[in-house]
Amino acid sequence: MEQLLQVNDLVTQFRTAEGNLSAVRGVSFSVNKGETLCVVGESGCGKSITSLSIMGLLPSNGAITGGSILFNDEELTTKTEDQLRRLRGNQISMIFQEPMTALNPVFTIGYQLREPLMIHRNMTKNEASRKAVELLEEVGIPDPVKKLKQFPHELSGGMRQRVMIAMALACKPSLLIADEPTTALDVTIQAEILDLIDDLKRDMDMGVVFVTHDMGVVAEIADRVMVMYAGEVVEIGNVEDIFNDPQHPYTKGLLASVPNIDEESKTFDAIPGTLPNLNEKIDGCRFHPRCPFATDKCREQSPPAFSVGETHQSKCWLQEVNNNVESANPS
Amino acid sequence: MIGLIIRRFFQLVLLLIGISFIVFMSMYLAPGDPASVIGGPTASESDIAAIREDLGLNKPVLVQYFDYMKNVVQGNLGYSFQTNQSVSDAIFTRFPNTLNLAIASMVVAVILGVSAGIISAIKQNSWFDISSTTVALAGISIPNFWLGTMLILLFSVTLGWFPVGGLNAPFYTIEGMKQLILPAITLGTASAAMIARMSRSTMLEVIRADYIRTAKAKGVKQKTVIWVHALRNAMIPVITVIGMNFGALLGGTIITEQVFAINGVGRLMIDAIAARDFPMVQGTVLLVAALFVVVNLIVDIIYSVIDPRISYD
Repeated sequence: MEQLLQVNDLVTQFRTAEGNLSAVRGVSFSVNKGETLCVVGESGCGKSITSLSIMGLLPSNGAITGGSILFNDEELTTKTEDQLRRLRGNQISMIFQEPMTALNPVFTIGYQLREPLMIHRNMTKNEASRKAVELLEEVGIPDPVKKLKQFPHELSGGMRQRVMIAMALACKPSLLIADEPTTALDVTIQAEILDLIDDLKRDMDMGVVFVTHDMGVVAEIADRVMVMYAGEVVEIGNVEDIFNDPQHPYTKGLLASVPNIDEESKTFDAIPGTLPNLNEKIDGCRFHPRCPFATDKCREQSPPAFSVGETHQSKCWLQEVNNNVESANPS
Repeated sequence: MIGLIIRRFFQLVLLLIGISFIVFMSMYLAPGDPASVIGGPTASESDIAAIREDLGLNKPVLVQYFDYMKNVVQGNLGYSFQTNQSVSDAIFTRFPNTLNLAIASMVVAVILGVSAGIISAIKQNSWFDISSTTVALAGISIPNFWLGTMLILLFSVTLGWFPVGGLNAPFYTIEGMKQLILPAITLGTASAAMIARMSRSTMLEVIRADYIRTAKAKGVKQKTVIWVHALRNAMIPVITVIGMNFGALLGGTIITEQVFAINGVGRLMIDAIAARDFPMVQGTVLLVAALFVVVNLIVDIIYSVIDPRISYD
């Protein structure tokens, strides 16, 4: 499979009153064409900041201070704002979490849908309107001609998210970044939207980076999964690896905290403690204060990413022990 | 929309009845007697009584009020005690001057205020932002009469660029513009400052909104993001401030008209109050109140044009 996006050792920092704080600390991953990578983790672990870094849409006090982002073998971190702008909405698109506020309230759906087509495809208003009707049909919006003249407040949340998707896909991007696109929607709509994104991905052979904190969503759509904790990737692997053979204690914790209807007596296994603040200094592994298996080594040294399998990596000292045991007793 | 206009019309009528009553009573209660002002210092008791009889001032005050309102309903605002001129004529010969001045001030205020506010917001904490916020604060604090006097001193007396006062040439001639420019700045500064502060704060809020990020994610140019996507959203609260200021400007031209010797409604009102010219005071006050209501109605209509979420049906 052809590689589409390659992120290496990405560091994103924010200037604050307390100095420069790192929200993303050396994150590396790649996405192939036609592949869905799910990024999971608690709120505040750096998922959204990673995706905004790729888009070049960080808040004004944030900046990429290290690493590289290769998109189709082109380095994005050194591009000018105008070069990035030409890519955005054209080759890389993004869908946001909150459909209720992500559309401009004072412009019609038609105006907002035509915009990317007129900017990137140099279409006239009429051409763009015709294309917009097709796009709305494609994302399953009934009566698209009428919808073009309506304003966002006249549409339901699910419909607005479909409009957002139509907008993001208008120029047939090769990479789609979806930042919790279904979190604000109710469950039936959520399933429809997930199916829609999945179908469109297949049709257009698009790479998808799907940010979520919902393991149910991950199981449904992911090809590969990247688990983030406190700005770092703690585990990455194929969806089967992560669900059937999780290695990192944090991943295990995340999976255990998913409620299971079959085990009635079971209470939620929440991970004890909370995500550290950005300004909190932690020696060693950033997860050790919350980890039930933490050793002295975990408290002193940050673990590297150990290979578990060909496509599976875990950033945990326990892996070193397992690897040693395995290499000592080759079976 | 039509429903709104009809509702506002009835509100206007009730408001004008209330205002006319209050003004009538306060004129009656205030010290000073129009008859002795008209008669002058040499008039005898009987002269003054005759004048009073002539003007209907010897009747009970409520009767006077109802007589007055009867005429008003028929479109007659009465006659000046002082000059015997028809009040509506007096107002309508002077109103264009006041309207010119108010519109010119508003143009100055909107252009300066909106652009300064927006640039401040996009370049938050820059030297431009800091100096414009400081100037805006000064603009709100400086009293009109002082600012007007200083402008005359500098630009008319010392530099000789503009006339010292008066407003008689039409506004579209060079002469008229020259006459209008200093009073417009004087009157518009405080409004400009208020509009700038409002534009800055709403713009700061809007450029952090989700839909602005969406626009950027679509690849919209930064200029279009600011002047199209953000501006229209940011303008909604600013329009309110503009409307309120314009209403206040129409009634608040008194000082500026005095300083620049402009023959407008403001001066008419002040002179009428000094002379206890009841009908004239009533007429001018009612005009200002009616204008305020109409301006607010226009603002409400503009809202529904700018923001599709607002509908009056």
